[in-house]
Amino acid sequence: MITVNHYLLLSAILFAIGTFGVLTRKNAIVIFMCIEVMLNSVNLTFIALSRHVGNMDGQIFVFFVMTVAAAEAAVGLALMIAFFRNKESIDTDDFNMLKW
Amino acid sequence: MYSNLWLIPFFPLVGAIFNGLFGKRIKNEAIIGGIATGLVFLSFLVAGQNFLKLLGDTEKVHELVMAQWITVGQLQINWEFLLDPLSAVMIMVVTGVGTLIHLYSIGYMHGEEGYYRFFSYLNLFAFAMLMLVLGGNALVMFIGWEGVGLCSYLLIGYYYEKKSASTAANKAFIVNRVGDFGFLCGLLTLFWAFASKGLWTLNFVQIAEHGYLLESGGLLITVVTLCFFLGATGKSAQIPLFTWLPDAMEGPTPVSALIHAATMVTAGVYMIGRMSGLFAMAPATMMTIAIVGGLTAFFAATIGLAQNDIKRVLAYSTVSQLGYMFLAMGVGAFSAGIFHLMTHAFFKACLFLGSGSVIHGMHHAYHHAHLHDDPQDMRNMGGLRKKMPITFITFLVSTIAISGIPFFSGFFSKDEILWWSFGSTRGHWMLWLLGAAAAGMTAFYMFRLVFMTFFGEQKTDSRAKDHIPESPFTITIPLMVLGFLALVGGYLGVPKILGGSNRFEEFLAPVFEHAQHLNGIHAHGALSTEYTLMAVSVAVAVVGIFVAWVMYIKNPELPGKFVARFEGMHRIIFNKWYIDELYDFVFVNPCKKIGTFLWRVVDARLVDGVVNGCAWVVKGIGTGLRYTQSGYLYNYAMAMVVGVVVIVGIYVFK
Repeated sequence: MITVNHYLLLSAILFAIGTFGVLTRKNAIVIFMCIEVMLNSVNLTFIALSRHVGNMDGQIFVFFVMTVAAAEAAVGLALMIAFFRNKESIDTDDFNMLKW
Repeated sequence: MYSNLWLIPFFPLVGAIFNGLFGKRIKNEAIIGGIATGLVFLSFLVAGQNFLKLLGDTEKVHELVMAQWITVGQLQINWEFLLDPLSAVMIMVVTGVGTLIHLYSIGYMHGEEGYYRFFSYLNLFAFAMLMLVLGGNALVMFIGWEGVGLCSYLLIGYYYEKKSASTAANKAFIVNRVGDFGFLCGLLTLFWAFASKGLWTLNFVQIAEHGYLLESGGLLITVVTLCFFLGATGKSAQIPLFTWLPDAMEGPTPVSALIHAATMVTAGVYMIGRMSGLFAMAPATMMTIAIVGGLTAFFAATIGLAQNDIKRVLAYSTVSQLGYMFLAMGVGAFSAGIFHLMTHAFFKACLFLGSGSVIHGMHHAYHHAHLHDDPQDMRNMGGLRKKMPITFITFLVSTIAISGIPFFSGFFSKDEILWWSFGSTRGHWMLWLLGAAAAGMTAFYMFRLVFMTFFGEQKTDSRAKDHIPESPFTITIPLMVLGFLALVGGYLGVPKILGGSNRFEEFLAPVFEHAQHLNGIHAHGALSTEYTLMAVSVAVAVVGIFVAWVMYIKNPELPGKFVARFEGMHRIIFNKWYIDELYDFVFVNPCKKIGTFLWRVVDARLVDGVVNGCAWVVKGIGTGLRYTQSGYLYNYAMAMVVGVVVIVGIYVFK
């Protein structure tokens, strides 16, 4: 029997993996994909809890999150293309000029 | 009935604003000077109308409330004017002499840069002075009191590019501030004293009526009146605050005549007259005033003996004559003091304007010959009576008047003061002696001035001596009018023993009689004493004139010998008893040192230290914290994660 706890656990694991990826990887596209994982783990939580409490609000939220994620993907990929044109690289270590 | 009183100060104010705002664009001297003079003349007409109305009126004290000003609790202070015989005399003098001097300035200031500025200030002065004399309560008077001080400052510093002029202006203003501080102290103490008795007022009529609330001769009233007297010494250049007036001669000559001889400097005398009810109740203050006045008359006269600058002689003469007025106030001869104020306004304004006419001519001649000699130094003059006959005659008349020769105006007023200082219940023969000695010296230095300037051979540089013209008619007309007044002005107050009825004193009686009767002030003595004193003072004056004649006409080498003989004495007098140096040493330099200390130590170290210290601390923290901005994405991401974890942790585990 799969309870809501299983979903929440899976969602937590996915979120942790995503966070770990954002913190450790240098490739901007990978970081970007990790952020998507984090977003989707949150989506999973929303849906599981929505089902559990019998309220549709969580599902509506997921649509919003997906919309924002799509918009973010468009902006993020455009940024990366711009980065690459300047530096021939999408390694985040090369983008450290905004300091001190 | 007297509802148009407000027009009197209003006209000059309009002129001041008009010339101040538009004068620079108008540029036409005739329009600027004409408007300024015309408006003061209008004031004179209104003043004259009110004066005549008051003469025929049985009720002598009239108050006109224009508007409410300050209303706090039981205290009600209005914009109000007070017309009584005292202020009526003053407005006639201020607007009359003021009109003449405005007219004179049209010619005298011709071609000056800032012509409009001069007339704007001059009109502003007339406004402030009229507020001072017409003010119905002490606060309105104080506005005028401060206003004339401001205008005096502006006009002394008229040639502000000149270092000496701006310094003199500062000196006048600062010394006046000391006096004004006294005035304010007196005002507030008086207010407090009356208020603690349940009378909330600063109105002069009420002050005069309710003087009995204060203990006669008590400490409180002595302190109040002494504070007011300190204010008067500042404004009227008495010991100890007289040093600014001679320096004030840096201003244009019409200013010296109007402000520093005829009107503003008499404000202190007027103020004492206005509050004579209070002053009469404080014998200690009255004695102080009499002694200070007598000493000032004497010391200023000694300084006048040795000066060579024509305006400086007149300046010290003014200080000395103001001393006479204070002497009169101090011995309770209030109306005699005001009488001398009026005659002095006539003859001293005439003398200053005459000296201005001479300077104008000398300046013209030097300018013509491209010389840079001092046009004010009497040693460069001599023999001018043929070049400037009108100036000479009017000047001579005024000189005779100030010297106290019988049947000229100064004789009547000065003699009355001397008689009171001897015979008054508040007088003393030593005060009389000071006054009489000063009278002799006055006659000497004034005739010395006349002889050096108008008689003898001309000592002007030969290239310039034939180019000294008589002044234009705008200058000579005021001279003639004032000379005439200096001749006949005294007949308003011919004393009883000379067969007159002393109409001036009778006219002022409603103002002063009460205070004099209440405090037992009157002059007493045998007729023979009065005649003797009169004869002595005339004799002293004649001797002074004779000595001047011997020293400067008959034996012109005598002054040199005299100076060589008494060199030390001469040096002390020539250097004005080193009073300026003394004040520099005692007050000015310590003040400057304190100022330097506050600047170098308190400001530069302490204040700046605190301000810069704050900046240094902030800068240090910033320097440390800026290394947190590594520019690496994962650092920022880590910070975010840690932040989120901490915040969520706080919520979860609280």
